[in-house]
This record gives sequence, structure tokens and C-alpha cells, in this order.
Amino acid sequence: MKFINYLEKIGGVDILGLTSFGIFFIFFIVMLTWVFKADKSKIEEISRIPLDNQEQ
Amino acid sequence: MQVEKFCYDNKIVKAFGYATVIFAIVGMLAGLWAAIQLYAPATSLNLAPTTFGRIRPLHTNAIIFAFVGNCIFTGVYYSLQRLCKARMFSDKLSWIHFWGWQLIIVAAAVTLLMGYTSGKEYAELEWPVDIAITLIWVVFGINMFGTILQRREKHLYVAIWFYIATWVTVAMLHIVNSFEIPVSFMKSYSWYAGVQDALVQWWYGHNAVAFFLTTPILGLMYYFLPKAANRPVYSYRLSIIHFWALIFIYIWAGPHHLLYTALPDWAQSLGTVFSLMLIFPSWGGMLNGLFTLRGAWDKVREDPVLKFMVVAITCYGMATLEGPLLSLKNISAIAHYSDWIIAHVHIGGLGWNGFMAFAMLYYLVPKMWGTQLHSKKLATNHFWLGTIGIILYAVPLYWAGFTQTLMWKTFTPEGQLKFQFLESVTNIIPMYITRSVGGGLYLAGALLMCYNLAKTIAAGKFIANEAAEAAPLPKKINYGKEHWHRWIERRPLTLLVVSLIVVVIGGVVEMIPAFLVKSNIPTITSVKPYTPLELQGRDIYVREGCYTCHSQMIRPFRDEVARYGEYSKAGEFVYDHPFQWGSKRTGPDLARIGDKYPDSWHYNHMDDPASMSPGSVMPAYPWLLDDALDTASTPAKIRVMQKLGVPYPAGFDKTANQDLTAQAEAISARLKKDKIETPANKEIIALIAYLQRVGTDIKLEQKTMAGETTMQ
Repeated sequence: MKFINYLEKIGGVDILGLTSFGIFFIFFIVMLTWVFKADKSKIEEISRIPLDNQEQ
Repeated sequence: MQVEKFCYDNKIVKAFGYATVIFAIVGMLAGLWAAIQLYAPATSLNLAPTTFGRIRPLHTNAIIFAFVGNCIFTGVYYSLQRLCKARMFSDKLSWIHFWGWQLIIVAAAVTLLMGYTSGKEYAELEWPVDIAITLIWVVFGINMFGTILQRREKHLYVAIWFYIATWVTVAMLHIVNSFEIPVSFMKSYSWYAGVQDALVQWWYGHNAVAFFLTTPILGLMYYFLPKAANRPVYSYRLSIIHFWALIFIYIWAGPHHLLYTALPDWAQSLGTVFSLMLIFPSWGGMLNGLFTLRGAWDKVREDPVLKFMVVAITCYGMATLEGPLLSLKNISAIAHYSDWIIAHVHIGGLGWNGFMAFAMLYYLVPKMWGTQLHSKKLATNHFWLGTIGIILYAVPLYWAGFTQTLMWKTFTPEGQLKFQFLESVTNIIPMYITRSVGGGLYLAGALLMCYNLAKTIAAGKFIANEAAEAAPLPKKINYGKEHWHRWIERRPLTLLVVSLIVVVIGGVVEMIPAFLVKSNIPTITSVKPYTPLELQGRDIYVREGCYTCHSQMIRPFRDEVARYGEYSKAGEFVYDHPFQWGSKRTGPDLARIGDKYPDSWHYNHMDDPASMSPGSVMPAYPWLLDDALDTASTPAKIRVMQKLGVPYPAGFDKTANQDLTAQAEAISARLKKDKIETPANKEIIALIAYLQRVGTDIKLEQKTMAGETTMQ
């Protein structure tokens, strides 16, 4: 049995690859943009949540 | 606003904490026993329940689901209440969750030792236990979300996102990978076959590491590290990026467990690319953890909790650098199937999971019992025993891994394989011995911790209900113009749904083509369904956990083809429910074992492996020679296989046992010629039938093709 190159056999596999890359790319750009635009004091406040209720 | 008074429930945390400690010891003992069996096979006691093939799944399941599982619940039940400023949603659900989970663990231990297994790594539990897991997981989810919805803290701290993503992803992985059709109580066949089963299994297997052993523990890190260091996390922004990037990328990486196998090449490549990208979020997380301690390293010298955490986070960084590198095809080619992988996972298991659990316990027990740790010195001794244990465990196995691969791949100048497989085993036995010493030290450290914690508990007084107070959230909050992420944070269910979408994408893109595109698994006409006797034999192969030491997947390498035979093709596995490709070669690959040895060789070899291969470390399976094969199950098995699309003729279930008996008697007669007298109804006959069939169908095709060429 010959070993067949699978990529050639999937119809429109390039669309699959492009779409997933697109989703991936947009996802990260959006996330990074917003994270770096975030309000600094608010972020600081949230990051202190675990420390707020010091027992004892 | 009116401040409300309420109590945190410490009792449930205590219960999960005790369970964590108990199952840590149980899981490690099972691991140590399995490790010793590798160089002293007699320690299997020649009993079915205690052979390596059953102890190893017991070890992995106990460590993952019992030890780390209970550790996760301990940490979540403690931190979630405090991060939400609310008691757990329902005490009743908390206790149903606790007892349900412990019952599942007991059921798992009993059934795995009895040989009830689905034959898929880290998902070995049979269908009734799978259903119980699903139900208890839902109870946990309701309790967690109930608490989050009742919270008195506006924002969801990043640790909670990790818990939410863990919950939703584990639910998805468990359900999708556990699709199986029951044959009887405690026996089922995977819905998927061969290549597809492998893809789903390693999508599950890899993400069990990601979403059971990593994300919840990262959540614990983001809570307990700032607590123990008494300072906020280094960069909260980085933790947001860490979270989204990690859950987005992790889910794609599963196929790196199947490089150079019969899995379609495009899926392998996707796995590699995403695995490499994983370095970034993983190291972001590691650096975020370590930088939290900047300027506080003097505390690390004093505080055992921080000591454990620093090594844990470092091990996380090491394992998550090594993982992506192992996902490169050229590195996978030399590391896969060898002990290198075992070393790799134990850097994560012993270092990251174990040390984080220890750190958390050393932090929680004094807090909840309102006292100081009994002895910092003992805890420091534990730390050193554990650290040296990890080194003594991992270094010999890395060495063993390289040795194995080099020996497997070495050719003589004449072009022959230089070493027998067995030589590669006997050569690394000193490494196996050292590794078990390392594991033993690590266990000794854990026992030291038990003593230390018990003394602490004896000295303190347990605070079952810890009083707290906080203002409730207003019914409607005017947030004004706000940051998008805060919009998600305020809506835990939105966070749940978005997390689910993010993790679904990767799975869908990889699996749908593998399932729907027929050309992904080219049909091989000579590959036929197993005969009833072979099917029964295959179930014995699965039951005894042969896949824990033997692969059935020959990669297209010169040495593997020379050693084992023609490399494996996707089309050969279409009737394999479940697939049995394996992931480790403590013994040789078995993909072409069929017709390689006479029946009598297998008979003697199963009775006493060393009699046929002197020096073999394989356990003996004498009970297979004595126990009668259960043929009552044959019709049901055939019917389920038909349901799964295996083309047995209609009505075959009724005549299958006649077919089975005829084949068994033929084997019995062949054995008689070799002076072995055995009735045809023994289990060994079925196993021999299966082993003689494995990988032979394709030889038939080659013969036919050769015949056709001659005729032309």
C-alpha cells in the first residue's frame, strides 16, 4: 500500500488552516490590546483580593 | 451598607485535605511497587491483581484523580470561599461531592485491580464509574458556581477563572473521550476505533495534564503564593494573558503524543506548532510566580511553604520547556516510547503537583488549626528529601531513555541491528533501581510531612467555622464605562461559556477532519474483523494492561522496520475498539507479533517469560493457563461490535461461539504437536489467537500484491 499524502485528499483543507490561524491571530490581538489598555489602579485593586481578608 | 456576618466552612477543606494526604501515600506506594517490579518481576507476586499492567494504571489514576484531585478540591474549597467572601453554596453538595469522589476512588482502585479497564491511558475506568464521575463533577460545578453567584466580592480573581476553565474543560474531555458502548456491567468498547480513538484519547490525555494537573494548580498558585508571600502577584496583567493564552493553545497540542504514528500528518503538525507556542504562556506563568517573590527571597530561606513553591514553579517551567521540545518530531523520534517520557512527567508530577500540594498543606493546616507548624526543621528536611528524591528519580531515567534509544537505533557496519531488544532492558536495570530509590526518598519525605502535620493538628484546635464579614454586593451596580474584561469577570457564566468556546475550537478543528474525511484513513481491503476467539483474546490483552509496556505502532524508521517489520498504517486499526498503540516500550513493540513465534513459544512465555527470554523482566501470567475463557460474553460482544460498524455478517452473534471453539481446538491441537497438553477452553488459547493475528492482515495484502505482479 502506498502512503498517501493526506493533505491533498481533504477538500478545502487550506480553508481550515487559514480559518484557525485567523481565529488564533484575532483572539490574541484582541486580548493583548485590551489587557494593555486596562486601567492600572483597577488591576492593582483586583490583584490584592487574596490579601484583603487576612485571617488572624 | 450593612455588613453581613458569615462563616467559612473549614470542615470540608479538612476532609479533602486528609484525603489528599492519604491518597498521596497510597498513590506513591503503588508507584514505588510498580517501579520495583521493573527490575524484580517476582514482586508482582505472580497474582493477576498485582502485576505491573494493573498496578501502573492504579498508580497513575491514584496520583492524578485521588491525590491531585483531592488537592485541587482542598485548595478550591478553601480559596473560593475567601475570594468570593462567601461560604460554599451548599454544605450538602460539598459533602455529596466529597463522599462521591472518595467512593469513585475506591471503586476505581477495586475495579482496576480486578482488571476492569477500558484500555485507554488515564481513562481506564469503566462506564459505570465514568457516569459516576460525570455526576459528581456536575455536583462540584453547581456548588462552585452557586458560590460564585452568591459572592460578596465584585471581581472574580484570576484563580477563579482557572477553576472555571478547569471545570468546563475537564467535563468536556471526560465526556467526549468516554463515549463507549457497554457490553455488560463493567465492560464496554470505545465508540471510536484505531486512529480516531488515538486522536481522541491523546486529545484527552494531553489535556488531562493541562486541565487537571496544570490549570487548577495554577489557580492554587495564584491564590496561595501571594498569601504565603504576603504580596500581590507580580503582574496581574500577565496573569490574564497567561490564562487566555494557556487555555486557548493547550487544547490543540494533543497530537504531539502521536508523532510518526499512523495519525494523519497534518494533525501531527498542528500538534507540534501549538505545543511550541505553549512555551510562552507557560513561561509567562512561571515567571509571574517567581517574580512575585522578587525582593522577598529572604522569606524563601525561612518559610518551608515558599521553598516548596519555588521548586514547584521551577519544575513547572522545566517541564513546560521540555514538553514543547519533545513535541518536535526529531526529538520525539528519540524520546518517545523510552523512559525519557517517564522522567519528563515525573518532573511535573513530583515537582510541580506534589510540591504545590505539600506547600498548600503546610500553609493550610496551621491556619485552620489556629497554631504554628509543629516543626519547620522537619518540613525543611521533607523539602530536601523530596528535592533529592526528584533528582535521583529523574536523572537515571533520562539516562535510561537515551541509552534505550541509542541501543534501539544502533546498526553494525554490516547493516544489522546491533542489539537485541532485551539487551536494552537489562542494560538499564541499574537506572531503574536508582529511580526507585529516588521515589522511595520522595515517599519518605511525604511520610515525614504526615507526622509533622499530625503533630501540628494535635497541638492546635480546629476552627470548623471561620467567622468573616463583608458587605453584600448591591443588587444592581452602576459600572459606567468599563473595561471589557471586567464585563466578563462580573459574569462568571459568560466566563464559563467563553472558556468553553475557546477550548472547543482546537478540538473541533483537529477532530472533525479526522472523523469525516474518509481519505484520512485509507482502507486496506485485506484488513478483516477479528474472529470471536481473537476478540476475546484481545480483551484479555486489554484486561492485563499489556499496553502499559508494549506499543503496537511501528514508526517509519529504518531501525523499527528492521526490528519489528513493516511500519504501521492507519487502515490497519479500523476494527480496534479501543486502539492499543501504547506509549512506552518497556518490552518490544507487538504490532507485527503475529506469526513471528510458534504458539508453543507464547504458551511457555506467558507461563514464565524468563524461560523463553532469559533476563526478561516481564511478569508471569500463570493464571491464563488455568482460567477458563468466558464464552458467555461472546454474542453480546459481537452485537456491540456490529453496532460500532464492524462488518460481521447478520446473525453472527448466534454462531460466533461455534467459530470460536473450532479455532480454539485448532490451536490446542497445534500446541499438542509441540507436546503441550491443554484444553481448548483456557484463556491462554484466546490470547495466543489474538497475538498470532496482530499485524498479519497486511502481510496478506503484500502476498496478494506480489502474486498479482507475478501474474502480470
